[in-house]
Amino acid sequence: MTLVKHVLARIGFYVLVAVVGSFFALPLLWLFTAPFHGQATLSVQIPTQPTLANFAAVFRNTFAVRALLQNSVIQAGGAMILTTLVASLAAYALARVRLPGRDVLVYILILFSSVVTGTAAMVPIFLLIYNLGLIDTHLGVILVFTGGLLPTAIFIMRDFVAGLPRSLEESAMVAGAGSWQILRQIVLPQVRPGMMVIAVWAFVNVWGGFLIPFILLRSPDKMPASAATYSFYTESGTPVITLISAYALLYVIPALALYLFVNWRYGFKFFGGIKS
Amino acid sequence: MYRRWMAVALALVLTLAMAGSVFAQSVTIIARAVEGGVNSHIVTWIHESVFPAFQEKMRQQGREVELRFIQFGGSDEALKQQYALDLSVGAGADIMAFDGFWVPEFVEAGYLKPLDEVAGPGVWNWEGWAHIPEGLRGLLGFDGKVFGLGLGTDVRKLYYRADLFEQAGIPVPWEPKSWEDVLETARILKQRFPGSTPLQINAGTSMGEATTMQGYFMVLLGTGIHMYDFEQGKWIVEHPGILDALNLYKRIYVDEGLGDRRMQLLAQGREQSFAAFRDGRIMILAEGDWFWRSVVAPGSEWEPAGGRNAVVRWAPFPAKEPGAGYGGTDFVSISGGTGYVLNPFSKNPDLAWELLSFMFSTEMMLKLQELQPGIRIRDDVPVITDPVMSAMAEKLLPVSTVRPQLPAYPRISVEAQLMTERVITGEMTPEEAMKAYAEAVVELVGEENVIRVK
Amino acid sequence: MAGVQLLWRWEGFAVRRDQVALLSGRMGLTFLSPALLFIILFLLFPFVWVVVISFTDRTLLGASAVSPEFVGLRNYLQLFNPERWMRRGEFGYSLYLTLIFVAGSVAGQMGLGIILSLLFYRREGVLKEVMYTLVTLAWILPEAAMAFTWSAFFDRDAGTLNAILGWFGLGPYDWLLDYPLLSIIIFNIWRGTAFSMLLMTAALGSIRPSYIETAMVAGASPWQRFRDIMFPLVRPQFLTGLVLITLWTFNVFSPFLLTQGGPAFQTEIVAIHTYRVAFRFYEFGRGSAIAVVVMVINLILASVYLLSQRRQGVRAR
Repeated sequence: MTLVKHVLARIGFYVLVAVVGSFFALPLLWLFTAPFHGQATLSVQIPTQPTLANFAAVFRNTFAVRALLQNSVIQAGGAMILTTLVASLAAYALARVRLPGRDVLVYILILFSSVVTGTAAMVPIFLLIYNLGLIDTHLGVILVFTGGLLPTAIFIMRDFVAGLPRSLEESAMVAGAGSWQILRQIVLPQVRPGMMVIAVWAFVNVWGGFLIPFILLRSPDKMPASAATYSFYTESGTPVITLISAYALLYVIPALALYLFVNWRYGFKFFGGIKS
Repeated sequence: MYRRWMAVALALVLTLAMAGSVFAQSVTIIARAVEGGVNSHIVTWIHESVFPAFQEKMRQQGREVELRFIQFGGSDEALKQQYALDLSVGAGADIMAFDGFWVPEFVEAGYLKPLDEVAGPGVWNWEGWAHIPEGLRGLLGFDGKVFGLGLGTDVRKLYYRADLFEQAGIPVPWEPKSWEDVLETARILKQRFPGSTPLQINAGTSMGEATTMQGYFMVLLGTGIHMYDFEQGKWIVEHPGILDALNLYKRIYVDEGLGDRRMQLLAQGREQSFAAFRDGRIMILAEGDWFWRSVVAPGSEWEPAGGRNAVVRWAPFPAKEPGAGYGGTDFVSISGGTGYVLNPFSKNPDLAWELLSFMFSTEMMLKLQELQPGIRIRDDVPVITDPVMSAMAEKLLPVSTVRPQLPAYPRISVEAQLMTERVITGEMTPEEAMKAYAEAVVELVGEENVIRVK
Repeated sequence: MAGVQLLWRWEGFAVRRDQVALLSGRMGLTFLSPALLFIILFLLFPFVWVVVISFTDRTLLGASAVSPEFVGLRNYLQLFNPERWMRRGEFGYSLYLTLIFVAGSVAGQMGLGIILSLLFYRREGVLKEVMYTLVTLAWILPEAAMAFTWSAFFDRDAGTLNAILGWFGLGPYDWLLDYPLLSIIIFNIWRGTAFSMLLMTAALGSIRPSYIETAMVAGASPWQRFRDIMFPLVRPQFLTGLVLITLWTFNVFSPFLLTQGGPAFQTEIVAIHTYRVAFRFYEFGRGSAIAVVVMVINLILASVYLLSQRRQGVRAR
């Protein structure tokens, strides 16, 4: 009886996993078949004669290639580093300093960020960056993205810091270590998995963002890959499927690689330990 | 270790900040064109013809100039928005590719200035003016002033599949004389080819300006009116003609199912309609020139089997009845145009004008014709390589009209698209849709700027 | 995660006070200052601008671009014009769509997130890694690329979804034409489940195994274990997820890439509506007013959450 129940439970488990797994996997199939198809359509067809011709054509579009391999990397990488550092510092301070109302504060910031990252704030952001002399610079893009990403990054990061046992810091303090020293030598090494989560999250957000670059950048040689996808549209604004699928695949690879690396090295997960 | 990390990050960030630099005595052009991508021929034209020839010309005068072409890879909307932001702070490229119907909004905001104000009255000495017909000078104009030069113009008509017409026993060349002729032909085709939706006249907001230009305007003009009364300077918001136009839509998409409204509503509907024309599910399609020269051009993705020149033909878009068209014509067309304007904040306006007028010299225009033939603004630049294009221009330019060059137009155009959408989805009757349109236009321009005709 | 700490800190000053302050106020400020600078420049300033502009007729182009006028509450009144606001393409209709979209997305994301985290509770192995990677990929891969794969997935004639349904003798359905809102909800659930999955996994991971073991010894069924032991323990995290996902979903823009708000505005959720008003029509005054209204709605939702959280804490005592 229990054996039957056990077997049924196992079967149920695998069926459920298969269904949910298909839901997440199937939409991605096309992305991995179409680019290798000479006459790609919207259907998933296993190419009988796989070809790299679509990729060759994509690589002839120097604008798009530079956007992907250079500009997106600089902008997403820059915002990733900046967001992670600034958010870690702030999260540590918020977790360790007595400041009434700080928790509400973070929520309010998240609210702000949702208003501001919307399109209505395009003009003030442009004017700000213009007056800072940062129009058409990678730095301008990096700063604006960082500003928008910070509240959520702090929010996620705070839990990692708050989850640390205080005893280590206390002993370090007793031993006479300064705040910077404690931060660098004790806190940051311990919250590295959290920093990695933030880093991946910040990276992919910038990697995929396309409104801000159009507002802030001018030179084609600084546009990121998200903007370059439009260059595979025809004059009438319709995508060329063969090229766009190949470019889309190239475009997801760095985000994929970064995630796989971080997941393998640090484990991509949130902090869940409830500390006292 | 972390300090070093941070120092590296800072250094990186600072180096990036220095990356943008400014050149002196230079001229910059921007257009929505990307090498190997959208409007690739413009890039080729600028880089291989315009720039080398202009450099050579300058060298002969002993001048050294720096020329730069900014390839913009985004959508038209993104480009327009960049222009607006740049010009609002006095920045931007010296010569900007512009759609004619954007001009008024920019002028009203003070973001554009007439050519002679930007580069001095000397601009009127240019030889080109003698070759640009009066009516086409205003392609990039507003309020009687000229802000830039139009590359060319276009006309609109019906394209049809001659091969399928013959199979259905419809004589080719096909020359519909009235809306009823068009509908009747579509009915025959639908019967002969079950499951097809033979006729498409664009509708809905999803197709954007393509709905207004290839769809609503063509139908509306066929009833004898325009969206705007040029004599009174007012928008026509209620008129039996509008109802006639909407009822035609209703017959095509709702009552008789001669067209597929799916393509009017979905985001990629226009692309699907090209595919449907290629595959023979659509056999009559209202479109502009570039459909011929680009969409179904030999070797392109949407060229029907059998080849464009063999199976794709065109016919003028008839008015509701012969002689009922706008201005008493038998058939109708509307023209738009894109071109280049001068940035009023240019640091080298004279040089910019020299380059702009050079781009529009006969020689350079002929170079462009070789890359992609179109109806050019200059009367000494024929559509040399394509007799079909020249025939269209010859027949339709005389009856063609233009959009009102007014700041309110782009928004009102969207309201017109919305009106057609409400009818083809069945959300509203033609009467209700027209009433909603009138309300929206009044809110945009005020009651004193509209007219209602019962 | 955050919820529990939030609650404890909220009332925990007394507990804290006898501990050594680990960071002096000055150093705390030093560590906070870069973030503060960013927030003031890139969040606070634009936010104030948006609020001020919402009372003007500022546009990007045309005469009111240069000299916007103060129009009082006009923008707000227009949004709620009772004659028109529920028409397709108007603000009210868009808000109505958004409520369905948010409810559907949040239910789907939280539901799937919990199911996934329970399925793999205290399990390790390749299957878990593959599953978690797939779900996370859906979250992190770039929007533009995902929109294409989903257009392909939903396509009536060639799409994978209809092909699969066809094996079971169903369809073909015209997803994006006939079920547009459902389609973007499915898309958004797919896209966002990772967050709740990661959150709930972390939360479940923090439950002391002994609790569950005791329950198992006592003969509790899996459902009882979940209902009586696990869920009450992760309730704060669950609520945190709920409120964050709600806030984010309100501002989700990615369905635009799939449907552009159509057909006939049936997927024009508020983020897309704002985009159309501000970006296509360049009416920043009205666009800002919409942004402010949406923020107020979000604020109410967040306050309800924070208050309920607090009350829960009091009762727990």
